[in-house]
Amino acid sequence: MESQLALIEQSFNYRYSVWVREALDELPDNFTITDPSISGHPIVFASRGFLKMSGYSKEEVIGKNGRAFQGPGTSRRSITEIQEAIQEERTIQTILLNYRKDGTPIWMLFHMSPVFSKEDGRVIHFVAVQVPMSRKPRWSGSGPGRDGVCEDGCRSRDIVFGSCRREVCSDSVLELEHVLAFESLFDSDNRDDEEPREASDQEKRRAAAAVNNILSLLTHYSELTGKLVCEKRCTLSGIGLLGASLIISLGRIKQSFVLTDPHLPEMPIVYASDAFLKLTGYARHEVLGCQCMFLSGVDTDPSTLLQVKESIQTEQACTVRILNYRKDRSSFWNLLHISPVRNASGKIAYSVWVQMEEGCGYQDAQGLSPEMRQRSTVGAVKVAVRSSSMGAGPSKS
Amino acid sequence: MNTLRIKRVPTVVSNYQKEDSDDGARQVGGCGRNCLKQCCIQGAKLPLYAYKKVKDVVNEKASSGDENKEQPVPFLDSLVLGEWEDRMQKGLFRYDVTACETKVIPGEYGFIAQLNEGRHLKKRPTEFRVDKVLQPFDGNKFNFTKVGQEEVLFQFEPSNDEEPEFIPNAPIDVENSTSVVAINVSPIEYGHVLLIPRIFECLPQRIDRESFLLALDMAVEAGNPYFRLGYNSLGAFATINHLHFQAYYLATPFPIEKAPTRKITTAGNGVKIFELLKYPVRGLVFEGGDTLQDLANTVADSCICLQDNNIPFNVLIADAGKRIFLFAQCYAEKQALGEVNQELLDTQVNPAVWEVSGHIVLKRKEDYEGASEQNAWRLLAEVSLSEERFQEVNALIFEAIACGDDEKGNLTEDMIEEPDVTPPSHEDAGAINNSSYPAAMVAGKQECLVQQ
Repeated sequence: MESQLALIEQSFNYRYSVWVREALDELPDNFTITDPSISGHPIVFASRGFLKMSGYSKEEVIGKNGRAFQGPGTSRRSITEIQEAIQEERTIQTILLNYRKDGTPIWMLFHMSPVFSKEDGRVIHFVAVQVPMSRKPRWSGSGPGRDGVCEDGCRSRDIVFGSCRREVCSDSVLELEHVLAFESLFDSDNRDDEEPREASDQEKRRAAAAVNNILSLLTHYSELTGKLVCEKRCTLSGIGLLGASLIISLGRIKQSFVLTDPHLPEMPIVYASDAFLKLTGYARHEVLGCQCMFLSGVDTDPSTLLQVKESIQTEQACTVRILNYRKDRSSFWNLLHISPVRNASGKIAYSVWVQMEEGCGYQDAQGLSPEMRQRSTVGAVKVAVRSSSMGAGPSKS
Repeated sequence: MNTLRIKRVPTVVSNYQKEDSDDGARQVGGCGRNCLKQCCIQGAKLPLYAYKKVKDVVNEKASSGDENKEQPVPFLDSLVLGEWEDRMQKGLFRYDVTACETKVIPGEYGFIAQLNEGRHLKKRPTEFRVDKVLQPFDGNKFNFTKVGQEEVLFQFEPSNDEEPEFIPNAPIDVENSTSVVAINVSPIEYGHVLLIPRIFECLPQRIDRESFLLALDMAVEAGNPYFRLGYNSLGAFATINHLHFQAYYLATPFPIEKAPTRKITTAGNGVKIFELLKYPVRGLVFEGGDTLQDLANTVADSCICLQDNNIPFNVLIADAGKRIFLFAQCYAEKQALGEVNQELLDTQVNPAVWEVSGHIVLKRKEDYEGASEQNAWRLLAEVSLSEERFQEVNALIFEAIACGDDEKGNLTEDMIEEPDVTPPSHEDAGAINNSSYPAAMVAGKQECLVQQ
C-alpha cells in the first residue's frame, strides 16, 4: 500500500510538478483524476469540492478506484458506459448515482475525459468532473407525503441502505435532509425513470467548462516539467504501445509476468506486472524496452535460452526451468512458461512470459498448483489482449 | 398437425460427438474412451470446487468492502482460465479461437462480429424439431455423459461448509448430484465452457429453479463481468437436449448491456423487472431482489412459464450475476415456416443467446467483411417477437411469477409488516396506467395480500 501511494505521488508530480495540486485545489468543482497505468486504476487527485460532496477525507479517497463510490442503486448500464469510454479512451457524459460516505445517494452528471501524453499519445490520466443534480422534492398533493415515504419506502430501504435505517425512520426534523435524499431515490425507484431527469444544458455546460479548466491547468503545469500533456491525442506514433484499457486489464492480473513484442528486434519488454518488479527488484522504467532475456546471467544454460527462442520462433508455448538473476545479482530458479498471445485480428501480438520462483511456497491457499496458476495468467492475458484490440476505436467522441 | 423442423449443422461440443451416428450400438462395459459413463467412471478423479453459498445479491458496496485491502482474484475465475488454457495446450479444441478474427462493428450499438470458418466444418446438416420446447431426454442421442474425462475441467457444487473448498483430485460420485464444467471443443470465444447441472441425472434441456440458481451462482462466484453465462431452450437454437448452460470470456460490453431500459415493476421479493428499449430484440431484464435466490427464482419461474407455454427463449446472465436478460424468440419457427428472408438464411447464422446479445459469429468471410450495424439489426429484428406478442408473453410471465410467490406462500416480510397499504400516489398510478402491462403483477403486492 505504501509503495502504491508513493507511485501515485510520483505519477502526479513527475508530470505536472509539485505545484499543480495547489492550483487544482483552487478550482471550485467536484472532480477526481485517475491514473490508468497504476494497478487498480486509482484516484490520484481529488478536489476539495469532491471531498466535501462525498464526505470522505483525502486519505480515504486517494488510491481507491472510482467504483468505491457506486452502490446498489447505481445503474449497471451507466457503469458499462463508463467502462466502455475508458476502453475506447474517449470522453463520456452520463448521469450517475453515487453514494456519500454516510450512505446517502447523490445523482450527478458525470463527465470524464482522457488526458494524453503529447509525446507518444498515451493516456496519462482521466479527469472526472461530477456535477450534482438536485431534484425538487415533491411536497404537495400528488406525493405520498413524508409518512407515506417512510411507510412505503421501508422495504426498498432495507435492501438498499441497511445501515441507514435508523436515521431514516427517526422522526427528528434534523433528519429531514436525509429523508429527502431517500425520497429522491425512492421516487425514482417507483417511477419508470431510474434517473432523476435529463441533465439540463446548463449542467452540461458547467461540467464541460470544469473539464476545460482542469485540462488547461494540467497542460500548463506539464509545460513546467517538459512532460507535455494535451486534450486530443496528438501523435499516433506509439507503435507497440499498450492502450490504457489493456494496461488496466493487465494490472488486475496479480502474477509475475512480462509481455514482449516478438516483432521487434531483440523482442523488447512492453509490459511488466507489479509482481514481476517485486520478484526481480527492478523498477518499471528499467525493464520496459529491455531485451527479454535480460534476466539471464553467467550461469544460465545457453541451451535453455535456445529452447526459449525456438519456441517463440515456432509460435509454440513452452515451459523451462531457467537460472535467472535479480537486480541485486542474486540468482533464482525460474519455472518459466512462455506462450504466444494473439490480438483481435488473430495475429500474434505478444509473447507472455510467466515467472514462478522455484520452491517459493507458491502453492495457492486454495490449492491451485503453480502450473495451473501460470496457465491461468496466460489465459487472463489472452482475454485482455484479444478484447482490448477489437474496438472500433473512439467512434462516439 | 405437421411438426416444424429446420435443418442446421449441429455444433460439435465434444470430441466424442463426431461418431454420434453409430453411438446407439455402443455396449456398456469399458468403451475405452475414458468417458463419464459407468463403463469408465470407476475410480476416476476430477478437480472439485465447492463454492460458498452467497446469501444476498452481490452488493457493490459490500463486495468492494475496504478498498485498501487488495482484492484477491476470484478463485473460480483463475480455475476456469487455467484449466481451459491447459486443455488448449493439450490440443483438445478443434481450432484456436484466438486466431479467429473479431471486431466491433462501427456504429452506435457496437455489435461484435467474429469470423469463424472452422466451427461448422465437417458436419452434415441435421434436422431439428423446433416446435417443442420440452422434449424427453433420449439416452441414445449425444449427451454429456459421453464426453471424455479430459474434456471436463472440474466438478462444481455448493459447499456444505462456510468456506469454499478446492480438491485437485476428487472422486466422481455418480450417485451424488454432482454438476460439472466441461470445455466446448468448438469455442466461440476464449474460455468457452459448458455447465452441466447434476450431469448424471440426465436432465433434458429444461430450466428448473435449482439449476438456474447454480448457473447464477457460477456467474457470481467467477466475479468477472466479462464472464457471462447463456442458455438456449430447444427451439431457440439449443442443439443438445441435455441440460446445459454455456459461458465464455469477452472483455468488452455486449450491445445488449448498453441498451436503455425502462422499469416495468418490482416483484414482491424485490426483483426489479425492466424492458429493453432501442434494441432490435424485445426482452426483459431482471435485477436486484432481496437475496440471490429471489433473483434466481423469479427468472427461473419466468423461464418455466415460457417452457410450459411452449415458447422458445434465450437467457443471458451478465454483470457477474447482477443482470439477467430474457428473450422469447420465434426465429426457428419462422425459419421452419419459410418466413425468413433467404439472404439471412444464407449466412447460416443461428441467432442463439450470444447473437441476440450482440455477439455475432459469422461463418462466411464476405459476411464478416461486409458486417454493418444495419445487417446485424436486420438479423436480430427477425428474432424478436412482435410488440403485440411480446406483451402477451409478458402477461403470461407476470401472472406466473405473481402466482409463484402466492402458491409457495413466499410473501415477503414487508407485506406482513405493512397491513395498511398506502394507496399509490397519483403519479405512480399514472405511470402504471401509461404502460400496457396487466395490473395483476404491478399491483402484485397488494393482491397477494388480499388473497391471503
